[in-house]
Amino acid sequence: MSPDLEEIWVYLSATPLLGLTLTLLAYQAAFWIYKRAGFHPVANPVLISVAILATLLLATGTPYQTYFDGAQFVHFLLGPATVALAIPLYAQWPRLKAMAGPLLIALVAGSLTAALSAWGIGALLGASRESLMSLAPKSVTTPIAMGVAERIGGLPSLTAVLVISAGIIGAVFGRAILRRLHVGDHAVHGFAIGIASHGIGTARAFQVSEQAGAFAALAMGLNGLITALSLPWIMPWVERLFAG
Amino acid sequence: MIAALTLLLVFQLAGEVIARGFALPIPGPVIGMALLFLVLMLRGGPGDDLRQTAGTLLQHLSLLFVPAGTGIVLYGDRIAAEWLPLLVALFLSTFLAIAVTALVLKALTRNRARTAAEREQ
Repeated sequence: MSPDLEEIWVYLSATPLLGLTLTLLAYQAAFWIYKRAGFHPVANPVLISVAILATLLLATGTPYQTYFDGAQFVHFLLGPATVALAIPLYAQWPRLKAMAGPLLIALVAGSLTAALSAWGIGALLGASRESLMSLAPKSVTTPIAMGVAERIGGLPSLTAVLVISAGIIGAVFGRAILRRLHVGDHAVHGFAIGIASHGIGTARAFQVSEQAGAFAALAMGLNGLITALSLPWIMPWVERLFAG
Repeated sequence: MIAALTLLLVFQLAGEVIARGFALPIPGPVIGMALLFLVLMLRGGPGDDLRQTAGTLLQHLSLLFVPAGTGIVLYGDRIAAEWLPLLVALFLSTFLAIAVTALVLKALTRNRARTAAEREQ
């Protein structure tokens, strides 16, 4: 590198502009690939964007914190976007109200399955305690999962990565699983994806239909709520039960 | 658009204040969503500006998860050591959660549809 280029690099790597621009460029590239792949779920734009950015950070030796100083402006929009979910919820309210009883039962069944199976499978295969407690809240939206992980003895930032992985897995394979189970109803489809794969599943469900998206948003909100309230007292109890 | 964004931020802020004020384990934005939902029920729906801005934000919801997902670079060592249990638990547990939720909901709503049909006969 000539001295001039090096100077430019030193300057750019110290401002938030680079991290922000790279995040948007990576997403544009990923979305272009997703579109070219005919919106095939395997070409998930979150997965491709993260792969591009992680490769760039590792190749240039850039610390994650430096990158995040810029990317935080995108990350911040998760807050208002979560609030905005009230609008599709409102639009689907008559259908949601009509299904309230079944939705609540499916919520409890799905939420417990998501947390306990993650813990159980991880424990059987010998994951460390910190990893297990970071896995348990992996199906709920990032900010709730990080808070829960902290309270039960997991690592919040590892939890964020596991949450996003669970989201991508549900977004990529959800439709294939539901087709195999002969689920045709967009309401059921959206609700199941929202329980297992929070916001990333919800983003994918909105591409299926507005109804699927609204049910996914409701499932995500409710699962976040009951997970935040229940896991902090369920997990110590589960641990005692299996340790003894 | 600016008015709608302001409104969303005001609800998020109100949610944060309630979450901190009452030491709730629920994040502020989720409470903000519930508050906005209540206001929409009382007012009878969102205006065009709010609907359009929300639509734009939600259309690109995927983008907003990218910065946190890139945090995977911090966990190279742990993933190298524990990749098998982490990967198997993530895949199987996500599949199970989708299947259990969908099957329970499908069974319950089918029963309901059937009893409604029987009642009509």
